[in-house]
Amino acid sequence: MSISLENVTVVSMGEDVVTDVSLTVERGSINVLLGPTLAGKTTLMRLMAGLDQPTAGRILVDGKDATGVPVRRRSVAMVYQQFMNYPSLTVYENIASPLRVARLDAGEIERRVRRAADVLGLESLLDRLPNQLSGGQQQRTAIARAIVKNAELVLLDEPLANLDYKLREELREELPSILRQAGSILVYATTEPLEALLLGGLTATLSQGRLVQFGPTPKVYHVPSSLDSARVFSDPPLNELTVIKQDSSLRLGQDLVVPAVGVTASIPNGVYRLGFRGDLARIGTAWPASVSLAATVSLAEISGSETFVHVETGLGTFVCVERGVSMRQPGQSVMLHVDADRVFVFDDTGSPVAIEPSA
Amino acid sequence: MARITLDGIAHSYPRSATMALQPLNHVWEQGRAYALLGPSGCGKTTLLNIISGLISPSQGRVLFDGKDVTLLPTEQRNIAQVFQFPVIYDTMTVGENLAFPLKNRRMERSAIRARVAEIAELLDLTGDLPRRARALTVEAKQKVSLGRGLVRADVAAMLFDEPLTVIDPALKWHLRSKLKAVHRALDLLMIYVTHDQVEALTFADEVVVMKDGRVLQVASPAQLFERPEHTFVGYFIGSPGMNLMAAKVSDHVAHVSGQDIELGARYPKIKNGDAVIGFRPDFASLSPEGGIPVQVRRIEDLGRRRLARVALGPHEIFANVPEGVSIGGGQAGLTIQQDRLFVYVDDELVLGDRR
Amino acid sequence: MDKPLNNRAWFMVAPVFVLVLFSALLPMMTVVNYSVQDSLGQNQFFWNGDAWFRDLLNPSTEIGARFSDALLRNLSFSLVTLAIEVPLGIAVALCLPRGGWTVGPLLVIIALPMLIPWNVIGTMWQIFSRADIGLFGAALTGLGLHYNVTQNAISAWCTIVVIDVWHWTPLIVLLTYAGLRAIPDAYYQAARIDAASRWATFVNIELPKLQKVLVIAILLRFMQTFMIYTEPFVVTGGGPGSATTFLSIDLVKIALGQVDLGPAAAVSLVYNLITLTICWIFFTIMTQLDRRRYA
Repeated sequence: MSISLENVTVVSMGEDVVTDVSLTVERGSINVLLGPTLAGKTTLMRLMAGLDQPTAGRILVDGKDATGVPVRRRSVAMVYQQFMNYPSLTVYENIASPLRVARLDAGEIERRVRRAADVLGLESLLDRLPNQLSGGQQQRTAIARAIVKNAELVLLDEPLANLDYKLREELREELPSILRQAGSILVYATTEPLEALLLGGLTATLSQGRLVQFGPTPKVYHVPSSLDSARVFSDPPLNELTVIKQDSSLRLGQDLVVPAVGVTASIPNGVYRLGFRGDLARIGTAWPASVSLAATVSLAEISGSETFVHVETGLGTFVCVERGVSMRQPGQSVMLHVDADRVFVFDDTGSPVAIEPSA
Repeated sequence: MARITLDGIAHSYPRSATMALQPLNHVWEQGRAYALLGPSGCGKTTLLNIISGLISPSQGRVLFDGKDVTLLPTEQRNIAQVFQFPVIYDTMTVGENLAFPLKNRRMERSAIRARVAEIAELLDLTGDLPRRARALTVEAKQKVSLGRGLVRADVAAMLFDEPLTVIDPALKWHLRSKLKAVHRALDLLMIYVTHDQVEALTFADEVVVMKDGRVLQVASPAQLFERPEHTFVGYFIGSPGMNLMAAKVSDHVAHVSGQDIELGARYPKIKNGDAVIGFRPDFASLSPEGGIPVQVRRIEDLGRRRLARVALGPHEIFANVPEGVSIGGGQAGLTIQQDRLFVYVDDELVLGDRR
Repeated sequence: MDKPLNNRAWFMVAPVFVLVLFSALLPMMTVVNYSVQDSLGQNQFFWNGDAWFRDLLNPSTEIGARFSDALLRNLSFSLVTLAIEVPLGIAVALCLPRGGWTVGPLLVIIALPMLIPWNVIGTMWQIFSRADIGLFGAALTGLGLHYNVTQNAISAWCTIVVIDVWHWTPLIVLLTYAGLRAIPDAYYQAARIDAASRWATFVNIELPKLQKVLVIAILLRFMQTFMIYTEPFVVTGGGPGSATTFLSIDLVKIALGQVDLGPAAAVSLVYNLITLTICWIFFTIMTQLDRRRYA
């Protein structure tokens, strides 16, 4: 089964929620909708499920127009951010509920519920009520209820957003294997680029209601088709620098001129926007080809395995990612080096000019 | 000015069989930033409430600069607190909000004005002073809550109870850097409760890691990362956390799933040799050959690094895949940095003799 | 965004429509019908246009004078009772404990006056206020006050006010108490840390947070006092003279006593419109408060 959104536009209360999006998802695929809040992810999922109608455009299921078909007639399962479970039913009954509605026989229900509970580690919790479970366990129950249906379309709307970061990590590791079901189309909405990278499959980057790029996840990450796509797919936020190429030099801001090295060496003269993620900006050690500028440390955010160092330069604030615990003190003067071999170069319309397909 | 001492503090809630807080002693030094880090239910909020005076501990004493304040109510302890959601007086402007604690203490008008201006400057609120407090963004409101605590120059300690809970994730780092800047500028004792390791490790000079009412380790962020003294600390900090495997340890070798791992230190006699060895994925790397043979389950491309999920017998562990190294097929070799390989007995770190 | 339409739901609403039609719309239209007609008796009606309405709104006509007097009485009654009930209700709610087992029983005891049927209240107080055998009446005369419900206009007024306060303050107490419970503890803790006095805590934290609850409470109570009928009817019969003849009582007198259906219908329509207008004003205030809050 495949679902296609054809030039769909949704206008709600005078606001453009989704504009001219065309997207096809195929059976057996994992599709991640990545974008900030209000980018249109939930709206697109609701269109695919049949919960809402587009203002313009069509929705095709297996090539046939299904725009008006209500959700009850479609084979859909959905998991929400706010662990929705029936509060008065035990975990077992919660997972069994869609099967009871479909009137499967008791033996089949038993079998499927046990299997889903097994996959999600809920075997020992089957006779508890949702309010006796932790947040992570409640969300697992909701996910179990979604997979037990063997629905053709499984939608997950930021399912890990309300969990503590450790629980989020654990569930995130398990999700790809749990959700890989034969034949289902999986659509997963998230604001975290890391989740997209972990799930693999295909990623669609969305920004302000528009589809920016859609393709295999590593490709979208390493070879963004536009500045917007690179911005959406970066955490911490993409560092950006406007430069003017003049023969063999780069002019940064008012006074700083550096040699044009790496990918910037071969671009024609003009104004460009350089985009580079935090791991391409280093403090202290230069790269084989570096664009370097003086900076002052303003904050070091330590998360254990990585440290995000925020630095101020005359040209803006940048974020560098360093490995391990880095004890940089605010106020320290440092030298910031940007890897010129792997930086993204965009022209002033946001189109890529020189991007190394290093994936 | 205050140094807060907790002497034999323990607490259990009325009509509850379990102890919310196991007996502990700790000294909070003037001018330092501390974080209480742990999962929900670990007792961190209980501890904060005992320090602030909201709860009277079942046992033990609380001393402010040597003076016993255990029975004193909150308003007489001279502390300030920032809560999970902004607490502001709706009917007042930002300036009036900040002046309120000083007005109640009958401070002189011009002194109040000067102090409010100083704190507003520190928090980037100077332009907002004449505005109605309720019209601000959540982030700005939380800054006003913070400002109300800072405006009292003689406050003994500033307590934070998960203050970034309602702040938009994209703006959290902004407030984090503001808190750090405030700490540097004002040299106050600050105690911060959170379940988020990034907040704790970024903010604090020292982190108190807690679980189930017990303090597991008190150390600087770097020490918690490089030398966790408890398996829970190893697991909770770091993304992903520490790899932990049950092993039989004899002298300087650990036997895991038929493999012998050199520990680089001699360990005293351990009962039955039963121990758990732990190492962070950050200090373990994978290569096509050499090292401990492991089964490769999955290699995850996380953009700026590659993480491999491998199996050593029944144990599932993580390791880094260095750049430029390509791992094909199901088998690979795991190398662990010896000085970052730790041995835990009954979840506690055991030191080995490295001579 | 439209959900896919399911028109079958309209059929389920149809019975309700019929009921509403029968019990509300048809009688209403009958009243409108009467208000534009006059009768010479024997069920013969002729068109009178807006004559009743013009008479009504002209204080120099007999009916206009009665109407404006009654209206004035109603408005001052509402104002006086609200001025007493609202502060009293808030004060009682503030004294109630925040939690624990005593709250339940206390709330029930406080709510008891609201549970008594209205004309039972009327009868109760009729006896209670008698100067000879009623506790209230006897106590007041014992203290030396000239208290006589049937002859003294001030006594009658005060009695009706006291009845209403006794009967309905519990409503304000309950609503206010619920509103107070909704204030998170953190606000009180912050006030303690800020060394705020009890009064400052009330003015700066409790009162602003009670705004919406109070608007609802005042709206409800205003409507009820504006439409008051049973208690004055049973206790004073509208007297002495016309001291406690409120609009509702007057209306019944005209409609059923004098069987002047035309003027009665006109009065009831105008009465209805005034009530609706005031409701609408309150509603606008509430939504404005909301909008200001999220500005």
